[in-house]
Amino acid sequence: MTTTATPLQTREPAQDAPVGPLATWLSDGWTVTWRNLLKLRRNPEMLGFAVLQPIMFVLLFSQVYGGSIQIDGGDYTDYLMAGIFGQTVLFGSTFSGYQMAQDLKEGLIDRFRTLPMHTSAVLVGRTNADLVLNTISMVIMMLTGAVVGWRYTNGTLQFLAGVALLLLFSYAFSWVMALLGIMVRSPEVINNAAFMVLFPLTFISNAFVQASRLPGPLEFIANWNPVSALVQAARELFGNTGTVPPADTFPMQHPVLTVIGGSIVMLAVFVPLAVSRFRHVSSR
Amino acid sequence: MTYIYAQDLRKTYRSRSGEVHALAGLSLSVPQGTVKGLLGPNGAGKTTTVKVLNTLIEPDSGTASVAGIDVLADPGGVRRVIGASGQYAAVDENLTGLENLEMVGRLYHLGARRAKARAQELIEAFDLTDAGDRQVKGFSGGMRRRIDLACALVNTPPVLFLDEPTTGLDPRSRIGMWDVILGLVREGTTVLLTTQYLEEADYLADHISVVDHGVVIAEGTADELKAEVGGHRVVITLVHEADADTARAVLARHGSGEVRTHTSGRTLDVAVEEGPPSLQRVLAALEQASIPLHDAGIRRPTLDDVFLTLTGHDSGAENESELSA
Ligand SMILES: Nc1ncnc2c1ncn2[C@@H]1O[C@H](COP(=O)(O)OP(=O)(O)O)[C@@H](O)[C@H]1O
Ligand SMILES: [Mg+2]
Repeated sequence: MTTTATPLQTREPAQDAPVGPLATWLSDGWTVTWRNLLKLRRNPEMLGFAVLQPIMFVLLFSQVYGGSIQIDGGDYTDYLMAGIFGQTVLFGSTFSGYQMAQDLKEGLIDRFRTLPMHTSAVLVGRTNADLVLNTISMVIMMLTGAVVGWRYTNGTLQFLAGVALLLLFSYAFSWVMALLGIMVRSPEVINNAAFMVLFPLTFISNAFVQASRLPGPLEFIANWNPVSALVQAARELFGNTGTVPPADTFPMQHPVLTVIGGSIVMLAVFVPLAVSRFRHVSSR
Repeated sequence: MTYIYAQDLRKTYRSRSGEVHALAGLSLSVPQGTVKGLLGPNGAGKTTTVKVLNTLIEPDSGTASVAGIDVLADPGGVRRVIGASGQYAAVDENLTGLENLEMVGRLYHLGARRAKARAQELIEAFDLTDAGDRQVKGFSGGMRRRIDLACALVNTPPVLFLDEPTTGLDPRSRIGMWDVILGLVREGTTVLLTTQYLEEADYLADHISVVDHGVVIAEGTADELKAEVGGHRVVITLVHEADADTARAVLARHGSGEVRTHTSGRTLDVAVEEGPPSLQRVLAALEQASIPLHDAGIRRPTLDDVFLTLTGHDSGAENESELSA
């Protein structure tokens, strides 16, 4: 039943169609972000988990341990909040990996990769959407913190700088996780790895207690731990350190610099790595 | 004019359990406006072939082009002229049918308004108007497949790749899908489709390439392939499975080659030289042995027979092929 081909109608672009590499890249990035956010809104349990877990941590730690954990020259709830923020953005970023792995498994990545779109836009859309998710859970945590008595004491500018720093780190770390997400065989691997690696990393840090109160070898790890640097940076900017002196290691002495530098290095390494790896992934 | 072209494609996967030669020198060509069926059992290399052509994976060696565009040199160019529907429906469960199509339209850079209009158009063309605003989550397998195919058609591509478009569908949805595909072909689309179903290739494809172990082992129209096997087959269905051994002996005596038993156990068939007289002789012999029959007849060879003759093993999809035979 061979028929002659009707020529593909030549179309001049519609008025609102993006033209040129920059416009199409922005449009692709936005389209994928839109799709990811829509998915988030349609699955309130995902959002709920991202938000409820940190609230639970804020309430449990501040109310259960609040009386028994001492902070030199400070209040435990104030001290704790930066730790919870750090933990939340760290775990929030694993979502990027989980979702990439899920999209790969469900064949959506194959669909994207057969379209004439900018392939990097899939990763951009993913990390963008997770930045939004992380921002939402940060805001909710801050409100919860305020209810249980948390206050920042260094002025609003420093406070906003602290928030920006946490989000910068979460965005950079999302790219690391997105790369992992397209390298593993199933989304569950990401969750297990996050549990096995990130839990010890947050607990052997200054997130919930002063590092100086940890047993010797763990104190040493905590003072070099990047999570400690993130928490220390936010804590200093929020003015929540009490009179705890920073340990004598580079990350603890210069936490803000460490976090900014670390985030830039993460982006510089993992964005190109993830984008080039993405050009070769396909579901099995 | 050759529209889809592949020459000596090779692809080897290495894993801990050893090497798998998914493609071992596969070549094919599809003239413009025709349908090529890639027919082969599970693991033959069908999906790998399609993925090389639709730019998802790079072969270790070999060349391929689509609509005159080299797949390796200009994958972006190829993506502009193809529509691809993978082996498993790749649609976002959380989006509605319309939203899925709209997303694809925007990623083709149609612009928001045209993407919306095109989504609406396709939803109507695919009889999904009522479901268009529902999340794909709640769709049946057949509806998912249709949305997936619709996604591949957003840009009205001149070349379409369909990897097992009807696997897992019930017979009615399958026939619906066949109609859709034939409609596209009538409008001039060049199609490469893979299937494990012999009668699907028979029904849809102008030309068939039989693939096994990563190479094309036979090629031609369905009729040409069947002519290679030749002759007729006598088929009988017994009332009692217990008579199978006796009946097999009768068939072996009057036929040539191996007597095949279908999965049901009560249906047997054998190749014969001359259809009608052989059938008469078989029936007479069975009557003499007092074996009651449920059904008996002669038929032309099917592609299943072709496959068996060519590869020495059956297509692995016999159960399904009986469903809609
Ligand atoms: N990503 C992969 N890694 C390892 N082996 C693979 C991969 N993809 C396919 N294979 C193997 O290559 C062979 C051909 O696979 P495929 O092209 O999917 O066959 P078909 O689509 O005909 O069933 C199979 O043996 C399969 O297991
Ligand atoms: Mg396959």
